[in-house]
Amino acid sequence: MDEQMIEVKNDTDIIRVRRIVREMAVEIGFGELDQTRIITAISELTRNIIVHASSGKVLIKEVQKTGKRGIEITCADEGPGIVDIELALKDGYTTSGGLGIGMTGARRLMDEFKVESVVGSGTTVIVKKWMK
Amino acid sequence: MIIPILKIGDVLIVTLQSELTDREVEELSHDILDKINKVGAEGVIIDITALKVVDSFMARSLNSIASAATLLGSEVVVVGIQPAVALTLVELGLRVSWGVKTALNLEKGLEILKKERA
Ligand SMILES: Nc1ncnc2c1ncn2[C@@H]1O[C@H](COP(=O)(O)OP(=O)(O)OP(=O)(O)O)[C@@H](O)[C@H]1O
Ligand SMILES: [Mg+2]
Repeated sequence: MDEQMIEVKNDTDIIRVRRIVREMAVEIGFGELDQTRIITAISELTRNIIVHASSGKVLIKEVQKTGKRGIEITCADEGPGIVDIELALKDGYTTSGGLGIGMTGARRLMDEFKVESVVGSGTTVIVKKWMK
Repeated sequence: MIIPILKIGDVLIVTLQSELTDREVEELSHDILDKINKVGAEGVIIDITALKVVDSFMARSLNSIASAATLLGSEVVVVGIQPAVALTLVELGLRVSWGVKTALNLEKGLEILKKERA
């Protein structure tokens, strides 16, 4: 189990993604606090797919870098895309009446964070966390 | 999933046992407010000791339950937030938007409710 792809389209899938991410984070060897950070971040990004793009995919895999183990999670959708990424990454910015902390929060909780978005064709968010 | 809402005196006690879907959280919110109204509960304890993850949706829902309960004349205390969950919520950026009373555990939560009514 070093790579898994999950199709997401409703709120039960958020729980499923969390469970699989937890299993992989435990297997890689992350401690309790980092597990909580990773799962919380992924919960936010998966919900963003469902709320803002209605469906998409989550790819979870183990990665290595100069002897370090880590986890990489890609959240991809073919939704409306994000017009202004910089704005969407501001604390409190929301187009859905949320708290507007999902994306910035996920960025703070992970070590690496990258968003690519094209209006009209979709959004991909890639996050990584490395073992200390 | 049916989450039991226990009534002890004037207080309702809700213990979350496992991760809930967004829909289950919404149903639970409604059930709690309904029961406050029906039994005239003056306080509600929501025990989240078993939750290993609280994301912004769950946090927002707890806030909404507490605000709506206040409008009904009842007070909500959330107890049992795990240390890793607390730190993660702060890092997530919740500090600005959390307005719910909290206590370390059930016993301390009940004490808070008792004091409020004294
Ligand atoms: N996958 C996505 N597709 C399209 N737009 C998105 C996507 N993810 C985020 N956004 C946009 O970025 C904004 C900020 O996202 P963020 O997760 O921070 O807040 P939110 O989802 O609105 O609220 P919260 O997550 O706090 O409940 C969203 O309101 C939305 O406009
Ligand atoms: Mg969000």
